[in-house]
Amino acid sequence: MKFSILINEGPYQHQASDSAYKFIEAALEAGHEIFRVFFYHDGVNNSTRYTVPPQDDRNIQVRWSELAEKHDLDMVVCIAAAQRRGILDENEAQRQGKDGDNIAPGFRISGLGQLIEAGIQADRLVTFGD
Amino acid sequence: MSDVKKFLYVNRKQPYGTIYALESLEVVLIGAAFEQDVSLAFVDDGVYQLTKGQDPSGIGMKNFSPTYTALGDYDINKIYVEKESLEARGLTIDDLQHLTWEDEDEDWAEKDSIRVVSASEMAEIMDQQDIVLSF
Repeated sequence: MKFSILINEGPYQHQASDSAYKFIEAALEAGHEIFRVFFYHDGVNNSTRYTVPPQDDRNIQVRWSELAEKHDLDMVVCIAAAQRRGILDENEAQRQGKDGDNIAPGFRISGLGQLIEAGIQADRLVTFGD
Repeated sequence: MSDVKKFLYVNRKQPYGTIYALESLEVVLIGAAFEQDVSLAFVDDGVYQLTKGQDPSGIGMKNFSPTYTALGDYDINKIYVEKESLEARGLTIDDLQHLTWEDEDEDWAEKDSIRVVSASEMAEIMDQQDIVLSF
């Protein structure tokens, strides 16, 4: 089956991101396909490479980046939600006159249309959030 | 993308206090461009999103409720409000904005977009969808 995943909550504050990660791991292991992972609301906060969790805890951002690289996942961060919350890639940082970007490897910033398309293209859209 | 899917946006939260309602509306408006079969549901505190006379200026927030009146122009005209949620909050349909759409097939006759439905009818509506996005 072809899944799309929507993650609506930030890391550590809420279990949504952890649950989505475990779901995707299990789905891939079972031979399913992940069409896209879309980050919305505070979910966009999963994509900053400036997170520095304690060393004895899981590093949620690094875990996502590694999973994306291993399985060639398409991980999309909503641009409008990201800009509100200070998540920028190089292009946006330049365009907005900010002194740096913070998007982590494996994530890309794009529009909400990518979420609708993810729903249309997949057999199931699974939401992780509150 | 020729295939049309049934999208239901479920709005469960009050309009202010968290950003879910505003960002849900942003998805609905962007999604309208994809020409899918779109419905909106308002349940629990989500019914407050449609109330008349909102004025959040005291908390420094923008009143985005006029945007709901534009939904008809985006061909979004299936807006389901749960009866039990209204009743539990002492609200009736008269407390909500009057949302309408113009029916192209009937000489642009103005029709009501909001339908008040029971919880069991809402369950059926949800069951008929391909995609349920819950905010």
